Amino acid sequence: MSNGSVRVRIEAAPKEAPAKTDDVKIQVRDLCYFYGKHRALDGITMDIKTKRVTALIGPSGCGKSTYLKVFNRMSDLVPGGRVDGKVLIDGRDIHDRETDVVELRRKVGMVFQRSTPFPKSIFDNVAYGLRILGVRDMSTLKQVVEKCLRRAALWDEVKDNLSKSALQLSGGQQQRLCIARAIAVGPDVILMDEPCSALDPTATARIEELILELKSEYTIIIVTHNMQQAARVSDETGFLFMGKLIEFGPTEKIFTAPNNPMTESYITGRFG
Amino acid sequence: MNETAVQERIVSSFRATRGRRRTANIVFFIAVTFCAFTVLLPLFSILSHLLTQGLRSINVDFLIRLPKPVGEPGGGMANAIVGSLILLCIAVLVGVPIGLGAGIYMSEYASSRFASMVRFVTDVMNGIPSIVYGMFAYAVFVLPMRSFSALSGGAALGIMMVPIVTRTTEEFVGAVPQSLREAGLALGAPKWRVTLDIVLTSAMSGIVTGIMVALARVAGETAPLLFTAFGNHFWHSSLTEPIAALPLQIFAYAISPFDDWHRQAWAGALVLISIIFVVNLFANRYAIRQSHASHVKR
Repeated sequence: MSNGSVRVRIEAAPKEAPAKTDDVKIQVRDLCYFYGKHRALDGITMDIKTKRVTALIGPSGCGKSTYLKVFNRMSDLVPGGRVDGKVLIDGRDIHDRETDVVELRRKVGMVFQRSTPFPKSIFDNVAYGLRILGVRDMSTLKQVVEKCLRRAALWDEVKDNLSKSALQLSGGQQQRLCIARAIAVGPDVILMDEPCSALDPTATARIEELILELKSEYTIIIVTHNMQQAARVSDETGFLFMGKLIEFGPTEKIFTAPNNPMTESYITGRFG
Repeated sequence: MNETAVQERIVSSFRATRGRRRTANIVFFIAVTFCAFTVLLPLFSILSHLLTQGLRSINVDFLIRLPKPVGEPGGGMANAIVGSLILLCIAVLVGVPIGLGAGIYMSEYASSRFASMVRFVTDVMNGIPSIVYGMFAYAVFVLPMRSFSALSGGAALGIMMVPIVTRTTEEFVGAVPQSLREAGLALGAPKWRVTLDIVLTSAMSGIVTGIMVALARVAGETAPLLFTAFGNHFWHSSLTEPIAALPLQIFAYAISPFDDWHRQAWAGALVLISIIFVVNLFANRYAIRQSHASHVKR
C-alpha cells in the first residue's frame, strides 16, 4: 500500500452522508468453521447492518469468539482451522484470493477481552497501526493520535503524558487505548471480544458509553456474556448455541419476545 | 483400656520425648547452618584473598602500561584489559545475533519437535568443556587464516555464548502473552514486525539479562583463547593478529617464577572480576527497571 492512499483515507474523516438505517455492511452466508473435524460454526447466515451495534450472545464455547475472528481473518492463524461458506464485507468476499489480509484488518479493527497495550508509549501504541501502514510524517501521526484518543474518550486523561508507558494506565484506560489504537487505522468495522469482562462497573460504563458514540461512525460487532450489556448497547442481537445461530433480530425483540424457546431460556438465565 | 487411659498415655509419651525433640531440632538447625556457611566460606575466602592481594598490587601503571620485559619490575596489563574488552565485543557480535535469532525461531516458528531437538543440542553445547570450543575455533578459524587472531578468539567465546542466549531468548519470548501477538496481527502487522516490535520488546529485559550472564560466563574463559587469541605482550595492531587477554595474561604470570608477576596476576584477576561484576550489576539493574516498567498496574 502506498503512503498517499493512507493519508487520503485518514483525512477524509467526516464520511459521506449518514448511512440509511438498513444498509447492510456484512453478509454472512452459510458460514461453517472447522477445527480439525470439530464443527465450531455451523451454517451461519446473517446480515450485519452499517453503523449499528450487533451483539453476539451465547453460552461459553458456543462459537461467538471464533465467529468474531472470522471477520478479520484472525481465524487463519488457528492451526487446523478451516472456513466454509461466505463472508462479504461491502459485497466483497473476504476469503477471496484477491483479498489482502493486511487491508482487511485495517478495515476491520479488533478489541480484545484483555487489554493488550504494547510495551511502548501511549503515543506509539496509537500510532503503531499507522506506522505499519507506512505513515512516517510526524504531524500526520500527531493529528491522528489526538483525534483517536479524543474519540476513545481518553485524551483528557493522557494528553500531558503521551510518552508515558501504556502499561502504566489503569485497566479501563488500557482498554480505551486499545480502542483508540484500533480506530487509528481508519476501520469501518470494529470487532469487540468481551471488551469489558476484565473491567470494573465504572470502567465498563465508560466503554459502553463509548460504544454508543462510536456507532455513529463504525459498524460494531460485540461478543458479550453480559445480557444487560447486550441489551444496553446493541441494536441487533444474535444468539449462538453449539455453533448455530439460533435466533437473530432486533435487540428489543430478542429480549422481550424471542421466537425461539431456547433463546428465551438462555436470556432468562435458565442455562448457559 | 478406655479412651481416657489412651489419651493419658499419648500425653505422657509426648511429654517424655519433649527433650529429645528439642535436641533433634537444634542439632538439625546447627547442621544446615554449618553447611550454608561452608558454601559461603570458599567464596568469601577467594574474594577476600583476591581483594587483599589484588588491591595491594594494583596501581595506575598496571592499568595504563604495557608489560615490561622479563626480569624488569613494573609495567602493567593495559593491552590485556583492552584486549579482553575487544574479545568480548567480538563475542557479542558473533554470539548474540545467532542466539537471539535461534531463540526467536524456536519460540515463534519451530514445530515443538524441532524446538525440543534444538533445546537438547543447546544443553549439550552448554556442557562441552571450554577447551573443546578452543580446539574447534583453532581448526575452523586459526588454521585457514594461518594466524592466531582476535577474531578467532572472539568467535570462540561467541560460540560459547550461543546456547545461553538461545535458551534465555526462547524462554522469555515464549512467555510473552499470545494476546499481544494477536493484537499486533489484528492491526494488520505482518508476523515479522509483530515479533520485532512487540514480542521482542516485551521480552527484552529477560533477554538482556541472559546476554549479560553469557557474557560474564565467557569473560573469564582461558581455555578457548589459548590457541585462538594466543596472547600478546604488546598492543595488537589488527584484529587478525594475536591479541592479549586478561585470563591468558593471568595464567602466564601466575605460573611464572617472578614475584612481581605473581603480584600482577592478582591485580589482573581483580580487574577481571570487577569487569564481570560490573556487567552483572548492569544486567540486574536493567532487568529490575524493565520489570518495574512492565508490571506496574498489570
